[in-house]
Amino acid sequence: MSALVEINDVNFSYDQRAILKGINMSFGKGKVIAVMGGSGCGKTTLFRLIGGALKPTRGEVKIDGQVIHELDERGLYEMRRKMGVLFQFGALFTDMSVFDNVAFQMREHTDLPEDIIHDLVMLKLHAVGLRGTHDLMPAELSGGMARRVALARTVALDPMLILYDEPFAGLDPISLSVVGQLIRRLNDALGATSVVVTHDVQESLKIVDYVYFIADGVIVAEGTPDEIRASDKPFVHQFVHGEMDGPIPFHYPGATSYAQDLKVSA
Amino acid sequence: MERSKLDLWVGAFVVAGIAALVVLALKVGNLSTYNVSETYQLQAYFNNVGGLKATASVRSAGVLVGRVTSITLDTERYEAKVTMSIDKRYQFPKDTFANILTSGLLGEQYIGLLPGGEDEMLADGGEFKKTQSAIVVEELIGKFMFNKSESSN
Amino acid sequence: MPLVKSVRAVGHRTVDIVWRVGVASRFLFQTLLQSGMSFRRFNLVVKELFASGVMSLVIIGVAGMFVGMVLGLQGFETLKRYGSESALGSLVALSLVRELGPVLAALLFASRAGSAMTAEIGLMKATEQIAAMEMMAVSPIARVVAPRFWAGVISMPLLAAIFSAMGVFGGYVVGVVLIGVDEGSFWSQMQATVDFQADIMNGVIKSFVFGFAVTVIALFEGFDAPPTAEGVSGATTRTVVQSSLAILMLDVILTAFMFRGA
Repeated sequence: MSALVEINDVNFSYDQRAILKGINMSFGKGKVIAVMGGSGCGKTTLFRLIGGALKPTRGEVKIDGQVIHELDERGLYEMRRKMGVLFQFGALFTDMSVFDNVAFQMREHTDLPEDIIHDLVMLKLHAVGLRGTHDLMPAELSGGMARRVALARTVALDPMLILYDEPFAGLDPISLSVVGQLIRRLNDALGATSVVVTHDVQESLKIVDYVYFIADGVIVAEGTPDEIRASDKPFVHQFVHGEMDGPIPFHYPGATSYAQDLKVSA
Repeated sequence: MERSKLDLWVGAFVVAGIAALVVLALKVGNLSTYNVSETYQLQAYFNNVGGLKATASVRSAGVLVGRVTSITLDTERYEAKVTMSIDKRYQFPKDTFANILTSGLLGEQYIGLLPGGEDEMLADGGEFKKTQSAIVVEELIGKFMFNKSESSN
Repeated sequence: MPLVKSVRAVGHRTVDIVWRVGVASRFLFQTLLQSGMSFRRFNLVVKELFASGVMSLVIIGVAGMFVGMVLGLQGFETLKRYGSESALGSLVALSLVRELGPVLAALLFASRAGSAMTAEIGLMKATEQIAAMEMMAVSPIARVVAPRFWAGVISMPLLAAIFSAMGVFGGYVVGVVLIGVDEGSFWSQMQATVDFQADIMNGVIKSFVFGFAVTVIALFEGFDAPPTAEGVSGATTRTVVQSSLAILMLDVILTAFMFRGA
């Protein structure tokens, strides 16, 4: 099995602050991979590195054998046409109808006649169960529906790599499992590779093939969902079971102790 | 918004804008009085052109016959050389008077042509020999005051 | 040391402004460079013409009419003292086509269409629509910015012409219909003094320059806005303030060039 995405020793820092420190990952073809970690652990940065929006300080991200940050603008745009990205809150174009949103990339990147585009859009909308919404505006959709439309738009051009940035954020339990199932189904139907950046453990463990845990810019754990559930590493245990205190402390470390702050003698 | 309806509105907007420009050009401005017909050039020398400007009108018997195209100082004669383009439909005798006149007390200055009686007409590049300069109000007042003081002595 | 401090602050501010001018110029250059799509797919521009042009039509027309009426009233009162009421037509028309039409239409355009452009692009950025477009391999400058730029540049001269025409009509209504200035002299005096080249075309050039300035400022502020609620609202305010100042400043420069010695 060959890997579609290879991340080799990637470091990244904003100014002097190191966000990622020596990340190694490999995403096999046809797999759904979850990248998990607490808020602010560098997940979104990793995501932007894969998309080519940022350049690693050291190391490289390879997709389909090509090093992303060595591509020129044209090559990067070529690469992005083979990628689908679902943004945190869907990022639907608010000035276009649902239909036009899904048709957007087809119209920008292909010369398909309008009747074929119509059929393709209906196909994609049907796949997410929202064929009936095609002439609504994004503002008229509920959060879960908007996310599903965004999903249909993401897979509009049958990408080989699909990136999901927090696909479960702010969804009710039903929409959440619908979106989760759709991610798995669309991936298998397209034969694509999906990377889900999330902190929703329970939902993602149900649908993914492999999980990476990131904390403080390094990979602290990885494995299949079963291995993760069974893991006795304190960090993973805390994360999977949502415990309040553990390796990730509840209290933000301060310069002075609690007693000092309250001006009582210890 | 439906696309055809959108096109209609934008079309209406563009038409309204161009119509406004045309109205400004024809009804408000002087584009309609620009000569589209062919013209020929005539010159005249004046001691003083006063407030006459390029594009000022040239009239004969009150009818617009042309426009002033340029005003320069002739450094050989130290007189103002006024070039005007005249509509080809109008021909003027050689002894025509060219006067700088004012429409109303404070209005625009223009050139009035007073045709003489000669049979020969001015050709392209010709010159009005008989001219009368603009009346400069300050000079007029000065002259009047001077006369007054002389007569009172 | 407060002197040193304030000098340093002024210096810092100056460097900041120059830096922003540089970024804005690069942005403008990119926009011009990536305008091909706007002309190949002109319906993108048509859509924005609707937003910036058609939607500004009513406010421009009504404002122009009122300004013309005021000019008619004020001009009549002043001209009456010199017994030259017949010059009312040329006063109204000259003030409108040379100055008030382009300047006031541009100021209204900045607050009506310019602020909307900034807010729209700022919100698209805040909701990651711009980032999403980039990840779909579509340049947001070509797809979002350039059509709005051309729509603004095209609609501004048309709006200014409509403003002036409505203004002349307003002046006519007050001067001729209500006050009773002689209709013949109203129009003939106007035609005698308003020159097509010197006055009307220069007015059109002015409004074109204003449209260019307002649109560039509005788009840049929107594109540059921090992706937060305060960021977008601050950018919208800056658009209106900066465009208004730019319009008035450019007006002085252009007027000095155009009507010098005329």
